[in-house]
Amino acid sequence: MTTATTGPAAKAAGAGKAKPATMAQALQRAMRDAMAEDPTVHVMGEDVGTLGGVFRVTDGLAKEFGEDRCTDTPLAEAGILGAAVGMAMYGLRPVVEMQFDAFAYPAFEQLISHVAKMRNRTRGAMPMPIVIRVPYGGGIGGVEHHSDSSEAYYTATPGLHVVTPATVEDAYGLLRAAIASDDPVVFLEPKRLYWSKSDWSPEAPAPVEPIGKAVVRRRGTGATLITYGPSLPVCLEAAEAAQAEGWDLEVVDLRSLVPFDEETVCASVRRTGRAVVVHESAGFAGPGAEIVARVTERCFHHLEAPVLRVAGFDIPYPPPMLERHHLPGVDRVLDAVARLQWEAQS
Amino acid sequence: MDSLQQRSSTVQEPPGAVPAYRPTPPPAWQPRTDHAPLLPDAEPLRVLGTDAAADADPALLLRLYAELIRGRRYNTQATALTKQGRLAVYPSTTGQEACEIAAAMALEERDWLFPSYRDTLAAVARGLDPVQALTLLRGDWHTGYDPHEYRIAPLCTPLATQLPHAVGLAHAARLKGDDVVALAMVGDGGTSEGDFHEALNFAAVWKAPVVFFVQNNGFAISVPLAKQTAAPSLAHKAVGYGMPGRLVDGNDAVAVHQVLTEAVARARRGGGPTLVEAVTYRIDAHTNADDATRYRAAGEVETWRAHDPILLIERELTERGLLDEDTRSAAAEAAETMAADLRERMNADPVLDPMDLFSHVYAEQTAQLREQAAQLRAELDAEGEA
Repeated sequence: MTTATTGPAAKAAGAGKAKPATMAQALQRAMRDAMAEDPTVHVMGEDVGTLGGVFRVTDGLAKEFGEDRCTDTPLAEAGILGAAVGMAMYGLRPVVEMQFDAFAYPAFEQLISHVAKMRNRTRGAMPMPIVIRVPYGGGIGGVEHHSDSSEAYYTATPGLHVVTPATVEDAYGLLRAAIASDDPVVFLEPKRLYWSKSDWSPEAPAPVEPIGKAVVRRRGTGATLITYGPSLPVCLEAAEAAQAEGWDLEVVDLRSLVPFDEETVCASVRRTGRAVVVHESAGFAGPGAEIVARVTERCFHHLEAPVLRVAGFDIPYPPPMLERHHLPGVDRVLDAVARLQWEAQS
Repeated sequence: MDSLQQRSSTVQEPPGAVPAYRPTPPPAWQPRTDHAPLLPDAEPLRVLGTDAAADADPALLLRLYAELIRGRRYNTQATALTKQGRLAVYPSTTGQEACEIAAAMALEERDWLFPSYRDTLAAVARGLDPVQALTLLRGDWHTGYDPHEYRIAPLCTPLATQLPHAVGLAHAARLKGDDVVALAMVGDGGTSEGDFHEALNFAAVWKAPVVFFVQNNGFAISVPLAKQTAAPSLAHKAVGYGMPGRLVDGNDAVAVHQVLTEAVARARRGGGPTLVEAVTYRIDAHTNADDATRYRAAGEVETWRAHDPILLIERELTERGLLDEDTRSAAAEAAETMAADLRERMNADPVLDPMDLFSHVYAEQTAQLREQAAQLRAELDAEGEA
């Protein structure tokens, strides 16, 4: 792996020594390293060039690699993704930015009818090594159409990988893995974690693991919190708070919704016997519904209580002044954990 | 704008009044480039039946003739195969063969064709095995060929979604330094789709080497062009994107070949995209599932039959003394051989492996897919034992 020590990314991320780096910087570094190593990697989207993206995630890439490698496109999501399909057909590896979750919807037909299916339609002759980066989720006070959690739409589409980092380290590792993948990856970036920091060093990035592995973020024995992306910090905080109540919670970070790491999740639930799935997208037919069904099918005899969900309400994403009532917070998670103490209630 | 400036310089302010705010016209008000050269001609370009036909190369005329005869036979044979239940559906291009064939002939081997579901004939004319071209319509897989082998993208069923792919591929080829042109085919109905707009806009902004080829066959299933667009012609749409629009008689194989060849050459030398509208007519119904008598009069069809692409070229060849009985029978025989081969091979049941259902979803199967594949394997084994 190239570990260049100059350039804005290295400086911003604290070249050499482990100064705190943000998730946005780690994502930028991942694209930069991938572009430096592989000339077929192209970044494209609205405002990704001169501006460096509205969240500055692509900052400096156009300057370093030129406008042909980091391209400001016309403002048209279907066109961006459709052009990326053609570019992938000719051997490039496009990394597409959809500026905000709800702005990706015009590109759905391209995503579902072509990106997800091209390998299948052509019996493997035309893989689609495209990464679709989607800043998603709420909690940043955005007005409507800027805070959707759209993961269920993507997970319901065979042919797509759906990945979401929750830590600075994973932001780098998972994006590198996504760009290296020969299959299309919807890469959901929790935008309220863009400015979260860690002592991650871009000079010694964590090893890049293949997509599809969940990770146990906190060991515990009383119950498992199954979560991903923006809800991971919520669950970790809840687990700390729960300790005061005498509940020792385990926290599993899925990292990848497709493929789904059933093994790690079910192993944890079998150890603890209780589980809550936590995510901020709507609960009805949301990812949690699938996870609960699977856990129930696989771990029924190990369960001490029904598997619960703590999700966003089944409402269109609320206006910013009301979003705190919608987003699952620590208290709602702890309430669910209390309800898991099934024997005490019955 | 000039008149605005003149007016502002002649109006006198009353003494003592606050001067009116008279901004310098912003740059956006400056006169724009004259786009007149981008406009299509008022009439579709015709060569056959005009004085210009005399300049047409006899070898080209004869080749077009033979291909049109073969193309017509392909259409009738494929239509017959739907009646025998060998094809789930066939969207015929009878009457549109000149467009399909000229499209294929305008391309070099290194170029790419992006066909819609109706353009099997263009793919066959480009050299694709006729049976592989019909795989989608027979239903044994979605695409019956390796697109890279023939440089033909998969036949595209959603409308106009293949157009941005053509732009992306052409753009990528240019970035790599290859002088490859992409020809993207779409019907009149497809021009109403958002992807049509986005593809043309991207292509023009990127100066991508793409030719957009609209076969205006009069109907989007049953909806006539007048209910599809209010534009003077579909070729006029090009001007708004900053690319030339060209209008051509789609039944005149020589004219279509000429216009497409020019557009391809222009794209190849870095001149950017062109939008070509070929005015033609779909003689058959949309597919065998459609009843065209519900939305169009028989008289209209007959008018177009009199303007048939094969008749037009036959008349020219006859007038120039180029069409003797040998030429006719050689073309008919080649077409019949192709049809017989197609019939015979399509009458054989395709060999399918149900396990293929799981083979090409991802580069590597997920754990969930491995489980489902095992389930199907067990079901198949049980069937085999029963």
